[in-house]
Amino acid sequence: MLKTGFSKLRPLARASFAPKCIYGPASSNRRWYGEGVGGYTPTDAVGSDGSEVRPQFPGATASWTHDLEFVNADRYNGIPVYRVMDRSGRVIQAKDEPKIPDDTLIDMYQKMTLLNTMDKILYESQRQGRISFYMTNYGEEGTHMGSAAALDPKDFIYGQYRESGVLMYRGYTLDQFMNQCYGNEMDAGKGRQMPIHYGSPAHNFCTISSPLATQMPQAVGTAYAFKRSPEKRCVICYFGEGSSSEGDAHAAFNFAAVLDAPIIFFCRNNGYAISTPTREQYRGDGIAGRGPAYGIASIRVDGNDTLAVYNATVAARNMAINENKPVLIEAMTYRIGHHSTSDDSSAYRSVDEVRYWDSTDHPIARMRLYLSHKGLWNEQKEKEWKNSAKKQVMEAFQRAEKRPLASWENVFTDVYHEMPPHLEAQMKSMRDHMKEYGKHYPVTSDRK
Amino acid sequence: MLTRGAITLLRGGRRSLSTSAVRPAQVTVRDALNGAMDEEMARDERVFLLGEEVAQYDGAYKVSRGLWKKYGDKRVMDTPITESGFAGIAVGAAFAGLRPICEFMTFNFSMQAIDQVINSAAKTFYMSAGLMNVPIVFRGPNGAAAGVAAQHSQCFASWYSSCPGLKVVSPYSSEDARGLLKASIRDPDPVVFLENELMYGTPFEVKDEMLQDRDFVLPLGKAKIERPGKHVTLVAFSRPVGICLEAADLLAAEGIECEVVNLRTVRPLDIDTVLQSVTKTHHCLTVEQGWPQCGIGSEIAARIMESPAFYELDYPVTRLCGADLPMPYAKSLEDASLPTAGDVAAAVKKALNVS
Repeated sequence: MLKTGFSKLRPLARASFAPKCIYGPASSNRRWYGEGVGGYTPTDAVGSDGSEVRPQFPGATASWTHDLEFVNADRYNGIPVYRVMDRSGRVIQAKDEPKIPDDTLIDMYQKMTLLNTMDKILYESQRQGRISFYMTNYGEEGTHMGSAAALDPKDFIYGQYRESGVLMYRGYTLDQFMNQCYGNEMDAGKGRQMPIHYGSPAHNFCTISSPLATQMPQAVGTAYAFKRSPEKRCVICYFGEGSSSEGDAHAAFNFAAVLDAPIIFFCRNNGYAISTPTREQYRGDGIAGRGPAYGIASIRVDGNDTLAVYNATVAARNMAINENKPVLIEAMTYRIGHHSTSDDSSAYRSVDEVRYWDSTDHPIARMRLYLSHKGLWNEQKEKEWKNSAKKQVMEAFQRAEKRPLASWENVFTDVYHEMPPHLEAQMKSMRDHMKEYGKHYPVTSDRK
Repeated sequence: MLTRGAITLLRGGRRSLSTSAVRPAQVTVRDALNGAMDEEMARDERVFLLGEEVAQYDGAYKVSRGLWKKYGDKRVMDTPITESGFAGIAVGAAFAGLRPICEFMTFNFSMQAIDQVINSAAKTFYMSAGLMNVPIVFRGPNGAAAGVAAQHSQCFASWYSSCPGLKVVSPYSSEDARGLLKASIRDPDPVVFLENELMYGTPFEVKDEMLQDRDFVLPLGKAKIERPGKHVTLVAFSRPVGICLEAADLLAAEGIECEVVNLRTVRPLDIDTVLQSVTKTHHCLTVEQGWPQCGIGSEIAARIMESPAFYELDYPVTRLCGADLPMPYAKSLEDASLPTAGDVAAAVKKALNVS
């Protein structure tokens, strides 16, 4: 892109200011972004015998080679998948078991199942025309609870749209979820957003925004702001493997590394981006394989192993907070449900494939087995909890549905900090209209 | 020399020499913008500047000269080349409570970030039900420059000003630049601040008290009558205001008095000032460098028609715009693609039915 502001070559232009020392070994990255030293001092240029030891290019200083060899993608076996427990919930190496208090473990499990139950009810409610849209989280509950439990409540969350469990773990109630989906008068979002576009500054959860991956550079911006403050907070940014194809993802990774931002990038690689399978989304070693290329410490984990997700997130958070650097976690999982209520995934994948994952590698089943092995859960408790969960969800659902819809006044507010005169005038004329004709407009969500 | 002198003036260095009454200073638009950013950064430590080349290079057009030296890396950030990236970063920083000034090297490059500007910055206050605001200023040169052709000459006033949730501001003079930029930085809503590259070096007289007053702000959404007149209303923003003033001089020699309205803010549009003027003069021409379809002139014409001032018109509203084609390069072609003072004068005479 033509930069019209300069007419000189860049090195000459720089000569008139104090030059930034960006030439030198790549090792010293742990400093505030951009500190210059002044002067240009090539290092390791010439060995004791007079030969050139290292290349001196500003962009890279690796080493010389005489082998004409292209680095092929298949040179690497791929970053291995970290896990703690097997598919039947048994911890494989005792030393890897995290020290999570019993009541936290039970809370995590209960919220996984509560989420699952809520998903079932709300998906059905869309099918019945009660809400316009819904997205389920089936199969990814482990990624939610494992990561959420490892964070501090002050850490700020940017989601994509399939992270309701993270918000649930933080304490967002069933009523709050459902009020948003219905857009009723109790919706904190004032009826503005489509279902599942939750937002709650009180829970440090940024309002969900539909365009994919736009939250990624924003998350880096917030992490940059946290870095400037004395509080120890990090940002976690969730995204799917499909979103990582967006340009914004590249910008976010690159920027986070260059700015030394305290951010955890958490990729939910669930195998599909609507109908696009991973083999059509990328050709490299997934998303974890890209991290090191940006200078980001990266790990791949079994996303259906809640304990592995927990361990990885704890470690990532420590690095982000204490070393002010970005970390990338790629959680491998499987999207058991359809992309959304607008999708029928039987059009592009076999029902057998879905059934396989649902029955042999489900995060909820593995967590339940783990808790059972520890003596914290049993069939009786499971039965009782299932009933309780269903009851809670149904009651919240009925409450949400009965509430009147968000007030028509919400059309006009919050466009700007101060309502502009033309919207005030329109609101007034609408108010007069509603006084006379209000009874002809729907008040509840009942679409019949 | 002039610009260095202007910096000294802004820092109040001239005062010790003056024994006579206050003389207005000559300040370029560039220095007015620079001073505004400097003062707002000193006043509020949440304000910071990011963009390509803004730090060490002093800005691609030198608008941020001296700021990195004064405030350092934490307040003035050079970004990698990714408009969508750094606009997103700026939005995220604003969500977290900072007040970023996000510089686009030109607004042409803002198209690579337009999703962040519209879908995130503009709409979030509404979508979050008033819980998350975005106090951000996107600024940079807009519109035609000189000899930079199609991909560097587009005017974005129309595109951005159609979006609810954004404020769109476009200064003409140094006073405008200073007062409007300070107001935009202090505003809690996202502001798109459209400058003009060819105006950066233009000096204007600015009253001393405006330069000394660190709280000098101009209200957003309020137009200024740059030159009063009774025969015809000329409405413009940014550089075309200068073209209208030139045309007004040409026409004054023939006894035609033009009232020149400098919009200063494109959204919210101060249509009341325009309507009052039209009610007085009965003739209206709009002048812009952007394309005709869906331009600012179309909006003004529509709004005049929707008001009682419609009945005051003795001639339909005339829109002077950039030619409806991508900007060509050769000077002869470029000159033919933009309205000149001569074009404005000819159009005025046509409207007044004067030869």
